[in-house]
Amino acid sequence: MPKVNFISFAGKTYTADVAEGTTVMRAAVDNGVPGIDGDCGGQCACATCHVFIEPEWQSKTGARTEPESAMLEFADGTKPNSRLGCQIEVTKALDGLTVRMPEGQH
Amino acid sequence: MDHSVLAAAREEAHATPLDTLDMSDPKRFAAGTALPFFERLRKEAPVHYQPNGLYGPYWSITKYKDIMATDTNHKVFSSAHGITLVEPRSEELKAPMFIAMDPPKHDDQRKAVSGIVAPNNLANMENLIRSRTIQVIEQLPVGVPFDWVEKVSVNLTTQMLATLFDFPFEDRHLLPHWSDTATTVGMTEAEMDAREAELQNMLKYFVRLWNERVNAPPKTDLISMLAHNPATRNMPPREYMGNLILLIVGGNDTTRNSMTGGLKFLNEFPGEYDKLRSNPSLIPNMVSEIIRYQTPLAYMRRTALEDFELHDKTIRKGEKLAMWYVSGNRDSDSIPDADRFMIDRKNVRSHLSFGFGIHRCVGNRLAELQLKILWEELLKRYPRIDVLAEPTRVPSSFVNGYLSMKVQIPA
Repeated sequence: MPKVNFISFAGKTYTADVAEGTTVMRAAVDNGVPGIDGDCGGQCACATCHVFIEPEWQSKTGARTEPESAMLEFADGTKPNSRLGCQIEVTKALDGLTVRMPEGQH
Repeated sequence: MDHSVLAAAREEAHATPLDTLDMSDPKRFAAGTALPFFERLRKEAPVHYQPNGLYGPYWSITKYKDIMATDTNHKVFSSAHGITLVEPRSEELKAPMFIAMDPPKHDDQRKAVSGIVAPNNLANMENLIRSRTIQVIEQLPVGVPFDWVEKVSVNLTTQMLATLFDFPFEDRHLLPHWSDTATTVGMTEAEMDAREAELQNMLKYFVRLWNERVNAPPKTDLISMLAHNPATRNMPPREYMGNLILLIVGGNDTTRNSMTGGLKFLNEFPGEYDKLRSNPSLIPNMVSEIIRYQTPLAYMRRTALEDFELHDKTIRKGEKLAMWYVSGNRDSDSIPDADRFMIDRKNVRSHLSFGFGIHRCVGNRLAELQLKILWEELLKRYPRIDVLAEPTRVPSSFVNGYLSMKVQIPA
């Protein structure tokens, strides 16, 4: 199963083994990784699964969708590598994906 | 709530012809009997048209999933024609506010103030909120009845709001007064004139604060933020008024009513109160459950910008709809056993009370923080607080809240 690494704002790394097709948001929520809420359940409607994609993974995770950009407009500390975890599906090609968490979900 | 009252309401809900059901009428909210009517709508008419509503024709959307789909579809369902079903008396008396705007103006104005509730700012505010909370609850009378709404809910949320505005602390009682003024509906012409005059007083007061701050270096209070941001610094006076109403009501009514609702629900579900006492680490989860169960704003209105098919109904361009969060939050097809208050509920944060999509409540984290601190500090001092009587409720179908609730801390 592909692995996803989450680095908390304080610098702690959590690793989750997830089935292909799982979203990055679900990977965190279902494996008890703190710092990702996913309030809307993956509808791209709350921006509480905001993550920063590590530079080496950016080309593989692809671009934001339009509704995703609209929601990220209102997240705190949005950067060019900001994504919503619910909009990224984990595939074999993303095995080892590393994302960083913001200070808080907002 | 008295079970016989609810049973009677349920009976009435099922006996009322669907085409006469008008949930925009505040009477059932004032009586605390609205929920059985929504239960029927969800079952029999989840997309329900009422051509003769108290505030004109409108659709009611009552199922969780339909509300989610509507709330997130801001391109079809606009906020720019207002967020409540009540229409302004005239074009000139409109008070534009960013919650009732569409992108891009909404986005720019919202961003002008959202930094005040950013994670690092919240962390800075936590100590202040805690020390004030402690001060308020340590002064509560023990062994005698008192009004929880006045002594706790209004008191704490008013202090918070004064801080957010850096509002003169000695005048802070004006803030809930203006909040109530802004949200009162169903009045005579003379009362509406008086309301308008009072809102002008509010504006005058806040223009003075604006003028003090616009020429001073930027600070981190809401007025200074509005006065210095390019998206808001040239707002016309009525737009300043509208945004003030938004921030005052949003930062006041909602948390106030969740502070009252929480204690009410723990008294109605004593098993949950026991759970809380034996496991205070449930507080953050409980806070979300309180906000779901209360749903302090019963609905938000949208206006269709084009014809839209929802199930077997066609919502026509220009028609109004109410997304009844208060109903979606009790939809057991999406939230298991939704009528039960469960402080350890799973997926508790999925409730609709903050809305979803681009208009989602900007202050949600601050509201949660205030409620969390309140319950942490209450539990340390008073393991039990008894609700003595059914609270009196706000006569509004929009603000779902309480005017007073008599309680007693056992001696």
